[in-house]
Amino acid sequence: MEPAAPTPLPVHAPGELAALAARHGLTVSGARPSLPAYVGQLWGRRHFITAFAGAKLSAQYSQAKLGQIWQIMTPLLNATVYYFIFGVLMNTRNGVADFVPFLVTGVFIWTFTSSTVTAGTRAISGNTGLVRALHFPRASLPIALALQQLQQLMYSLVVLLLILLAFGQYPQPSWLLIIPALTLQALFSTGLSMAVARLAAQTPDIAQLMPFVLRTWMYASGVMWSLDTHLSSGRVPHAVVVALDCNPAAVYIDLMRFALIDSFTREQLPDHVWAVATGWALVFAIGGFVYFWKAEERYGRG
Amino acid sequence: MAEIPDTRVPTVVVDDVHITYTVHGARTGRGSATSALSRLASRGRNPGAREVHAVKGVSFAAYRGEAIGLIGSNGSGKSTLLKAVAGLLPPTRGRVHTQGQPSLLGVNAALMSDLTGERNVVLGGLAMGMTRRQIRERYQDIVDFSGINEKGDFITLPMRTYSSGMGARLRFSIAAAKSHDVLLIDEALSTGDARFQRRSKDRIRELRQEAGTVFLVSHSNKSITETCDRALWLESGTLRMDGPAAEVVAAYESFTGPRKAPPAQDVRPARPPTPRRSPTSARPAPEDEQ
Repeated sequence: MEPAAPTPLPVHAPGELAALAARHGLTVSGARPSLPAYVGQLWGRRHFITAFAGAKLSAQYSQAKLGQIWQIMTPLLNATVYYFIFGVLMNTRNGVADFVPFLVTGVFIWTFTSSTVTAGTRAISGNTGLVRALHFPRASLPIALALQQLQQLMYSLVVLLLILLAFGQYPQPSWLLIIPALTLQALFSTGLSMAVARLAAQTPDIAQLMPFVLRTWMYASGVMWSLDTHLSSGRVPHAVVVALDCNPAAVYIDLMRFALIDSFTREQLPDHVWAVATGWALVFAIGGFVYFWKAEERYGRG
Repeated sequence: MAEIPDTRVPTVVVDDVHITYTVHGARTGRGSATSALSRLASRGRNPGAREVHAVKGVSFAAYRGEAIGLIGSNGSGKSTLLKAVAGLLPPTRGRVHTQGQPSLLGVNAALMSDLTGERNVVLGGLAMGMTRRQIRERYQDIVDFSGINEKGDFITLPMRTYSSGMGARLRFSIAAAKSHDVLLIDEALSTGDARFQRRSKDRIRELRQEAGTVFLVSHSNKSITETCDRALWLESGTLRMDGPAAEVVAAYESFTGPRKAPPAQDVRPARPPTPRRSPTSARPAPEDEQ
């Protein structure tokens, strides 16, 4: 390890290089942009976000023989399995009118939030190649994955529509409420997914833990049964029932049921339900986005 | 630097940069569950963590229109330095100033393997901030440049079916489709076949004319002298030499021992006694191995 030849290196006086950089207006590499600048960058990449979501959606079943038919088959099979277990085996339908539409709406709407969050855990770690190769605002990734899940939900809604018609629920003006309900749910889920994406990028173990968290959340949100009917026996304090009713997943699921199912009435919704739904959406969308942005310069380093 | 005229515009200024990182699992390994549990039990100080000082106080200024080769033996800190310039690895001490956003192009950078080459071209272009129209205009150029379609219609196949050389060529072609202020290339040239290497050298020359600066890490001394006019020689994380490519490469060759017209892949000198990273490490690997 002896030097081959004593070669003179350019000698830099302290501060000389920094002054040179300042004179020519160079910026510090890897610095995080300001929040408004970041939003601007993200807007500039909107075509990337939509193209990425579309590409992921079509690549999803590209290795399956049935191909894109699985877009429809997956939600349908999910609904069948839950109907078999909760409707037939456990007979949870006690007290719930129109159990099948109730159950299927719950499962599909829950799946949207849960798969968006699951996708969030892999948003950075599953795309390290892209993150390390190209520069773009990293929030594009969780947002694109959420968009992919939203497109997936559109397929599920087609299935849901057929099931509703088959069980005697016909279109009516209240169906229009699904637009604000889904918008708020999408905001909430995307925000949560961004927060989870940052956590999972720093601690990969989050991805292992997430299925258990989601499963607990699912059972606590009345996806397959009515929280009110099951928990109003007095065994559980009333405050807990109200808290479960106001949890974001339950709120969005119940709003969809209220919009789509005749026998699901206003009395089954918690008080100020639209305010609660909007509140959750704004808190998580803004909070999750800012939280994700705060670590922008550190993604892809691992 | 009095001899440098003021007309030269700096694009990258690296000011006394030190990079250290912590390697986990260097000693205990995270293979067995019992060792992981004992690691949890002895919370607070991780016996397996070790500090590695990969880059030790490197300073230089790169100017617009230069092509700079980075040479040095394995583990000398070349790739780590490039990652710092790209903004992917913040220096522990010192600063990297850049003009615009440098783009790092490494052989390990995989795009989306489940998607077709075609879709990867579009997505890569969009991610770099090109518009759909620009991509449409340059699409054919990118595909022709990569040479993916020379042996049949491969561009419509998923990238997971590509050989590693084909993948690297396509990635280089996508990144080279846009002119960058600063382009950092990590061994990408050594992966292609002879024809592709010639094309990419031409493209690098063009990129430099489009007022950019190109950095090239390679173990092929030949491609450094052919592509670059200036070279930096790193050894054990310190800058050993900085000057015209031919002189630096000659000094480096006499350091590693003379060779008779070695094939491009075979110029790797023996590993110097620098700290080795454990392969189980999940931290940024400053290795330039593939």
